[in-house]
Amino acid sequence: MAKDKPTSTSSNGRLSVLKTYKMYVGGAFPRTESGRSYSPAPAGKPIANMCLGSRKDVRNAIVAARAAQPSWAGRTAYNRCQILYRIGEMLEGRSAQFVAEMELMGLSSAAAKKEVEASIDRLVYYAGWCDKYQQVFSSVNPVASSHFNFSVLEPGGVVFLVANEESPLLGIVSLLAPIIASGNTCVMLASESRPLSAITLGEVLQTSDVPGGVANFITGKLDEVAEHFAKHLDVNHVAFDRDDKETLVSIQKNSVGNLKRVRAYSCDWSDVDSQGPWLIHDFCEVKTTWHPIEKISESGSGY
Amino acid sequence: MNQATKTNWDLAPAPESTSHVSIKESYGLFINGKFVESSGEEKFASINPANEEQLSEITEATEADVDKAVKAARNAYNKTWSKLSPAQRGKYLFRIARLLQERARELAVLESLDGGKPIRESRDVDIPLAAAHFFYYAGWADKLEYAFPGRKVAPYGVAGQVIPWNFPLLMAAWKIAPALATGNCVVIKPAESTSLTMLKLAEIFQQAELPPGVVNIVTGHGAVGSAIINHKDVDKVAFTGSTRVGKMIQESIAGSGKGCTLELGGKAANIIFEDASLDQAVEGVINAIYFNQGHVCCAGSRLFVQESVRDIVLRKLKHRMKSLIVGDPLDKNTDIGAINSAKQLETINGYIDIGKEEGATFYQPVCELPSKGFWCAPTLFTDVAQSNRIAQEEIFGPVLAVQTFRTVAEVIQKANNTPYGLSAGVWTDKGSKIFNMTSQMRAGIVWANTFNKFDPTSPFGGYKESGFGREGGMHGLAAYLK
Repeated sequence: MAKDKPTSTSSNGRLSVLKTYKMYVGGAFPRTESGRSYSPAPAGKPIANMCLGSRKDVRNAIVAARAAQPSWAGRTAYNRCQILYRIGEMLEGRSAQFVAEMELMGLSSAAAKKEVEASIDRLVYYAGWCDKYQQVFSSVNPVASSHFNFSVLEPGGVVFLVANEESPLLGIVSLLAPIIASGNTCVMLASESRPLSAITLGEVLQTSDVPGGVANFITGKLDEVAEHFAKHLDVNHVAFDRDDKETLVSIQKNSVGNLKRVRAYSCDWSDVDSQGPWLIHDFCEVKTTWHPIEKISESGSGY
Repeated sequence: MNQATKTNWDLAPAPESTSHVSIKESYGLFINGKFVESSGEEKFASINPANEEQLSEITEATEADVDKAVKAARNAYNKTWSKLSPAQRGKYLFRIARLLQERARELAVLESLDGGKPIRESRDVDIPLAAAHFFYYAGWADKLEYAFPGRKVAPYGVAGQVIPWNFPLLMAAWKIAPALATGNCVVIKPAESTSLTMLKLAEIFQQAELPPGVVNIVTGHGAVGSAIINHKDVDKVAFTGSTRVGKMIQESIAGSGKGCTLELGGKAANIIFEDASLDQAVEGVINAIYFNQGHVCCAGSRLFVQESVRDIVLRKLKHRMKSLIVGDPLDKNTDIGAINSAKQLETINGYIDIGKEEGATFYQPVCELPSKGFWCAPTLFTDVAQSNRIAQEEIFGPVLAVQTFRTVAEVIQKANNTPYGLSAGVWTDKGSKIFNMTSQMRAGIVWANTFNKFDPTSPFGGYKESGFGREGGMHGLAAYLK
């Protein structure tokens, strides 16, 4: 058994200290306000008492995400690049812990290692996009009048991410990174059966210069909270990455209140083709700005 | 001092002739390249809102008709349209663009007769822009790989489209041109009160020898639109209209896997800073709210004036309003035409009553309105509170609500404080302020020192409850591709 695996006793008979898994909201690690817990057992054996997040926890996390959003979007693209890269650095440094946790959640040692490495590489990949996607997707539009007219991407605001069940770390990172790359903030519902890495990722985020509230993790059951975040008027987008058509449809229906942009994914995140700047684009709005050009001689366009 | 001689500055009437336009007494549906009768019996009158006279009779399509139209579109997609080379597809669109230009006068007059909009606008805005959209998207058909870096794209197949009554032909062009350029076939429904130019467009498709079934037109009321959108063989839906209906559509297609773009309502803030060129700003505000009788989703229906220039701006605004000519849409001097329908006039008048009841100060210039038809004089409300319904809800008429502000932070907060996010306007002489403001507005289109400008190369669409997706530009292509 791996030495750093959090089990009850280590080889010399020392009683280990077990980790209490709390949630990650607004840069802090609160317990659920509901006081409830559940015990996922992905490999047949319970792995921890996880917080069973409630409607109120969802609301608190959305409040934190909304509060953090303007200043996160207001940072320079270069600064967001560096912070995403920093998450990758911190994850690299703690990869052994993640591998151990994933083994606890039932992944093979090789699969766990692959997942952690792919997650680190993905963060580095999106770190590189932060100050480039705008140049790929923006345009100066050659209008037939004497105006300067350009279109840019702007972050949509607060995104609710329902992480997938199978891929406890890579699944989250593959969507979290493109979501926050443009200046969105994010509330995530971790994998229900394999939630540990999400919370530990929270610890990585907290020490990676990511401002509190930019990325928040709730643990709990999708069917308990789906209606509440879908109906919440302060959520702009939903990223849904679970194989659960019925819940997806109900989220889509409940999202009409403020016309949420709901995006559903079913990708193999371990495939490098599943990454790309279009995922950043998915959580952005296109803004077009017009301004007159002074043209004395004729009413032509300058661009 | 001598009393100034009173001069009559009234303009002599300059009506555009209608002799160049032929309107059939009755129109069927356009399915599979032909005008066909409906499986049902129902017809409804299309009237001229400027005099309430009947122009023609339009068919109320049945669900069976919609099904037939979708089948025709599917068939055309499978057998002809998807097999054409992209360059060939583009050439059909170029032909349509040219035909629109050639028949521009006929279309402009018909648009004004049918919809009530001033001929000045249909002639100089609606029809030229409609042609420009076909021209612009024609050129994209064989260049799609340049628009989507790193992606392999494919058309959806059959696009179901529902468009509103405020810019009938222009909205048809916005929807049909990108759909065809990307290789989709179309089933489209015009609004019940403005079907005529769409049916004329069908004649142009025939003239352009567009393969049968590539575009199918079914006319009628909301139920027809709902039948299109919910048809199981429609792969992508595009709707322009009210936020209320947009929400119904989002709900009804949940789980269907259909692609969807929604262009919905708006309540644009037009912001004048004290350093702005005030005459230019006032002219812009007039254009922003009174263009097309205010039947514009991106109309600048809220005006925020910096407190220090409130009085002078209001004085100039009222002065300018006095010179607006309301009347015969076919008169080339007309600034404000007829309200599109009796129902819409009732809605607008309802909001005017609400504004008065809410305690806002009401102003309309003295102007004589024609005795028949649907008319509303340009209207201004001052002393409007942020919570007033006339400051929060879309009126879709020539009604402007004026508020004031002192600081940049205050006006950003107020301007963004509606559920809508389609457009905004900023008037200031200071470049740094422009960029600060335009980047802070939560709206899809921001006009700085200008307003209500449109161009096919330029993406258009909303944030928040003004819908999602973009039309125009290369961003508008994405909506029609998987």
